[in-house]
Amino acid sequence: MSETIAVAARNVGKVFGAGAHTFTALGDVSIEIEKGEFFTLLGPSGCGKTTLLRCIAGFETPTTGTIELSGRDITHTPPNKRPVNTVFQSYALFPHLTVAENLGFGLKMLGKSRTEIDTSVARVLALVQMQAFADRLPQQLSGGQQQRVALARALAPEPQVLLLDEPLSALDLKLRKEMQGELKRLQIETGITFLFVTHDQEEALTMSNRIGVMSAGALLQVGTPHDIYERPVSRFVADFIGETNFLEATVEDGGVRLGSGDVLAVPPSGRTGTVTLAIRPEQIKIGQDGLSARVVATTYLGTDTHYTLALSDHSTLVARVQSNSGADLKPGDAVHVTIDAQSVQVLAT
Amino acid sequence: MSGGAHGRSKGLNGWLLSLPALVLLFVAASGPLLIVAVYSFLEKGDYSGVRWIFSGDAWFRVLFEKDIFDGTVSLADANLSIFWRSVKLSLATTFITFVLGLPTAWFIATRAAKARAIWLFLITIPFWTNLLIRTFAIMEVIRNQGLLNTALINLGVISEPIQILYTDTAVLIGMAYVYLPLMVLPLFAAIDRFDMRLIEAGYDLYASRWLILRRIILPIIKPGIVAGCILVFVPSLGAYVTPRVLGGGKNMMIGNFIELQFGQGQNWPLGAALSMVLLIVVMGALLLYTRVSSRDDPHG
Repeated sequence: MSETIAVAARNVGKVFGAGAHTFTALGDVSIEIEKGEFFTLLGPSGCGKTTLLRCIAGFETPTTGTIELSGRDITHTPPNKRPVNTVFQSYALFPHLTVAENLGFGLKMLGKSRTEIDTSVARVLALVQMQAFADRLPQQLSGGQQQRVALARALAPEPQVLLLDEPLSALDLKLRKEMQGELKRLQIETGITFLFVTHDQEEALTMSNRIGVMSAGALLQVGTPHDIYERPVSRFVADFIGETNFLEATVEDGGVRLGSGDVLAVPPSGRTGTVTLAIRPEQIKIGQDGLSARVVATTYLGTDTHYTLALSDHSTLVARVQSNSGADLKPGDAVHVTIDAQSVQVLAT
Repeated sequence: MSGGAHGRSKGLNGWLLSLPALVLLFVAASGPLLIVAVYSFLEKGDYSGVRWIFSGDAWFRVLFEKDIFDGTVSLADANLSIFWRSVKLSLATTFITFVLGLPTAWFIATRAAKARAIWLFLITIPFWTNLLIRTFAIMEVIRNQGLLNTALINLGVISEPIQILYTDTAVLIGMAYVYLPLMVLPLFAAIDRFDMRLIEAGYDLYASRWLILRRIILPIIKPGIVAGCILVFVPSLGAYVTPRVLGGGKNMMIGNFIELQFGQGQNWPLGAALSMVLLIVVMGALLLYTRVSSRDDPHG
């Protein structure tokens, strides 16, 4: 089993500062990332995802716990002795070196021969389609091009794991979408394990094989994008990934009773008493029967329209409906909604 | 046409406006330089000053001397050794200030904004103090009964005081002390602009600490290094007060030698010729620098 694990963090904790001014960046995080996987650490800023990445890169030493690379303990190995490379958020390209020299830097430091370096540089230049820019300096490139060079530079030494620290955050939306596809393609082509850090849930959902959701120094849930989206284990995860309606309810025989008095036949969750229901906007259907509600507001989003609905107890729900579905509702209209009870997540309050 | 007249008056105004600057430039810079250049080609006066007769004698005597009795020409060893000492001491001063200045500038540039302002202020304090006073202070430290020797004797490291004052070492210590801020400030400015994240990038790409310094930091802060070296080397080469006070008059540098020609030596043309040589050496060094730096620049 351990041969398939590329990198593992075992009970890793990191505390910054000393004395009275300490800050716990990582609590007690354990994670195993498999070889050839595109794994994303997702969380809001300050959740510890970058600290965990820096512990794996070697820029930070964990206060407690160990980091393993292919089963070998590298907790105290300096970054230049780890077969792991990083794509930095700021790109950190060497401004005094040409693109080709930037790409060859790691290999040169590893003591590779001139011909080996030239071959590898040509290979990664082709990989990111930057052959025409080999002799340019970084400052002569656009943001997207610099991004590609940073990526190629980290791939050139063929690391066991590639670490990516929010590399797309400086790009505009269109370029970011393009690079998402590009990153996924590169990961499949090279077969290198990617550990990607982001606060953008959409980025995480579209690219990853698995996602680890982090908050306040703790790993809350690890799973496939599908798992994380469909079966969030906590209110934080449900809230952070995609849009979610939260409703208070009480567990009863055969389902849960909403504040409006209606009963939903949700699958048994093992929870009792008061719970929070997480309901995705697309799981609410507006039709002829079901719970009675009133339209409070409508938001046109192009393909979809968001309807904000108030139930009889004034609790609100947002429903997402395809704009061309013909349901042209206005604020004040009385409607009936059905909720797909099977997809409702019953969470602790 | 009116357009032409307008253009002409604009041109005339331009000249008039730049006149004060041009006058200043001529009176303060080019004029004196021209006088020195002319004097170097004249014959020396009986006591001092010049006789208005053309002569290449002063230029000849910069490098050669003629035996008074048999008229044989040989290289002027005394002059050459003064030149050599000046260049050697200036290069050594530049090197020492660089070695001391780089860690100092790095330390200051990596402090928090407030602490950095205090450190920079401390570095520039000597600038507000008279050079002569600072040089005498150094003398007080290194003389035989001074702070350094007394301390070493009391600590039992040495039994006899070390003769430092009136040696080349004394001149070197003095110049390194005086010119250190001129090295630290441009280095600080360059390091301040340096993106510290590049160090992590280098470390990540398998570079050791030494290779990070040599392959990343030094090449990127090179403009600051060159500026600091020029700011130290050029005034070191023409230094007068420091070698005079700490070298004790025996260990002359070009500056003292030139002063000697205009004073006791009463040979103004030779002094003028020596000044021109110093100027040419400095210009040569600057030219070499621009050549080297433009070759490194791929856009150049």
